[in-house]
Amino acid sequence: MKDLYHSQRLMRQMRRQAMQRGVVAILDVGTSKISCLVLRFDGQGPLSDDNSIGSMAGQSGFRVVGAATTRSRGIKFGEIRAMQETERAIRTALQAAQKMAELRVDHVIACFSGGAPRSYGLDGRIDLEDQVVTEAEVGRVLAACDVPEYGAGREVLHAQPVNFALDHRSGLGDPRGQRGQALAVDMHMLTVDADVIQNLAHCIKRCDLELAGIASASYAAGISSLVEDEQELGAACIDLGGGATGLSIFMKKHMIFADAVRIGGDHVTGDISMGLGIPAARAEWIKTMHGGVHATGMDDREMIEIGGDTGDWEHDRRRVSRAEVIGIMRPRVEEILEEVRARLDAAGFDHMPSQQIVLTGGGSQIPGLDGLASRILGHQVRLGRPLRVHGLPQSATGPGFSSVVGLSLFAAHPQDEWWDFAVPADRYSARSLRRAVKWFRDNW
Amino acid sequence: MQSLGPSHDPAPSRLSYRVQRWMLTPGIRLGLRIGVPGLVLGAAVAAFFLTGDRVAQITGKIDDLKAMVRERPEFMVELMAIDGASADLADDIRAALPVDFPASSFDLDPDAMRDTVAALAPVESARVRIRPGGVLQVDVVERIPAALWRSWSGLSLIDAGGVRIARVDSRKDFPDLPLVAGQGADRQIAEALLLIDAAAPLGDRMRGLVRVGERRWDIVLDRDQRILLPVQDPVQALERVIALHKAHEMLDRDLAVVDMRLAARPTLRLTEDAVQELWRIRGEDAGGQDG
Repeated sequence: MKDLYHSQRLMRQMRRQAMQRGVVAILDVGTSKISCLVLRFDGQGPLSDDNSIGSMAGQSGFRVVGAATTRSRGIKFGEIRAMQETERAIRTALQAAQKMAELRVDHVIACFSGGAPRSYGLDGRIDLEDQVVTEAEVGRVLAACDVPEYGAGREVLHAQPVNFALDHRSGLGDPRGQRGQALAVDMHMLTVDADVIQNLAHCIKRCDLELAGIASASYAAGISSLVEDEQELGAACIDLGGGATGLSIFMKKHMIFADAVRIGGDHVTGDISMGLGIPAARAEWIKTMHGGVHATGMDDREMIEIGGDTGDWEHDRRRVSRAEVIGIMRPRVEEILEEVRARLDAAGFDHMPSQQIVLTGGGSQIPGLDGLASRILGHQVRLGRPLRVHGLPQSATGPGFSSVVGLSLFAAHPQDEWWDFAVPADRYSARSLRRAVKWFRDNW
Repeated sequence: MQSLGPSHDPAPSRLSYRVQRWMLTPGIRLGLRIGVPGLVLGAAVAAFFLTGDRVAQITGKIDDLKAMVRERPEFMVELMAIDGASADLADDIRAALPVDFPASSFDLDPDAMRDTVAALAPVESARVRIRPGGVLQVDVVERIPAALWRSWSGLSLIDAGGVRIARVDSRKDFPDLPLVAGQGADRQIAEALLLIDAAAPLGDRMRGLVRVGERRWDIVLDRDQRILLPVQDPVQALERVIALHKAHEMLDRDLAVVDMRLAARPTLRLTEDAVQELWRIRGEDAGGQDG
């Protein structure tokens, strides 16, 4: 816990350095693709006074100068399985993005979807010393949260204070400077497998880069694909990725829950490949070009060449109808959505005031998915695409890029985390020093 | 058909990745764009100059070119013309300006020459220029000797400003110049000249002027007569003496000194003989009366 705190602080320091240099790379390490953006910060726009996202959704301070996407290698379920392969893929993406940007990038902010994320709701409460909430008091109340046993081999990825309450007033975004007797905080903590983070950090280090921040992909996807009122009123973002489907629930502009289902688009491809007996690349092509989840009568007549290069004429001229493909895909997609439904139920999504659901990620492009999803998940389902940011190439505006775009928003305006506040341990000496000073002032 | 060899890996190798990153580093880019061409150019220039005695050749060529321009007949100075100087002074000037003719006008420094010439004692002012036609023209204004000055170091010519012009061996070489003597006489030569002008009626009886105590003048006449002049208004005092002389032929008498130092009380001192004679005459008168 302690050294994670330190490593997160180090990453924050790296991020500050990167902001000073004005160039940072954003890396989304996904199961099917690795995408990289190079951001150039031309100076921060003024932050809004209240805790809201400012004009241009807070992303007016940076510009995308380089973008590259490459096929992912060595990654399963959003976790690194073959490190050398992943390192090569990261290198490919970074090199292309740097070449496009004509800038050398030294700092990278990464996100990934795997590692079995698990959410915890924490709360802490302290009595204020001076009846005024200072930065140190915020740090103290955060430290006062009783951390549950999240298990060995897991690390805290996010620990974000989502709500402050001062005496009987709750729902404070920023309590600093306010007067009161007792300060309470609700914190959302997200843990993932430590090995996954370590592997990713190692891969990035092997590419001569410094890790300036790390985030959960489902969180990043939520930042970019949920619009402001959805984030405020409460919504769930479902990121249908290649190897894992992430879901994140937002409320009052804070993520309050995140989870991931370890099934994704790759499994759909695998089903097609197995069902039709064709290579995975061909199955991917068929899924992309002819996939769907609602079969109609016309789909029986639409025949798809599934090909093959065995040299056997009969084998290589096989054709299937689109209805058959849909028949293979639909159960798997239903399974994914059922699983997501179960996770949302477990999180208590039914009790949210607003139950908007946004589907994003590459898998959300399956035709007819919104109809299927609304039947399984609820009525308020829409398909989400990432926000527009400056300089983003047209090829990277699809729903498959919502986590990388969201991560660049996260890089520009990171959420306050636990480690952004002072360590309470070193606050103690300051307090005793202050007491000594006070004693002197009173007595002399 | 299927290709059997290992498929091409699209990922860049570690080396090419690093090389690309180096190439994107601003310092290295700048170094490659400016530093390397500059280095190559510098090396080429250095190699060119360091082989053989190219430096000597090039400097020799430059010197030749310079000499060619310098030795064009338009720039050559053939002779020195000295105007306004006596023959002796001209010789002195030629000795002071050691120029080997013909010389290029680039090698001559008229200002320094002017200073050298002006530093010579008999020269009051000088002007040196290079005249078209290759003539080094030296215009000299000589100092005009106004008096001879006899001092401890000997006899010398001085001009009206009191500047020593030259040493003189004999008084006889300049019989028409007045003689002044005494310490500090050279500093008051203008006053001395006024006195000499005023003393013109004395004719060739005047031998010279003596500065006494660096403050006043004596006029020395022949027969060891002296006229002691006051510090203030010596000319008027002299004119009074001359007026007395004209009225009573005073100076022709047997006087030793006419003392005009106190304007209110001019004093005459007789010679020894005259005193004896005066006493004798007075005694005779007294005796005659007695007798």
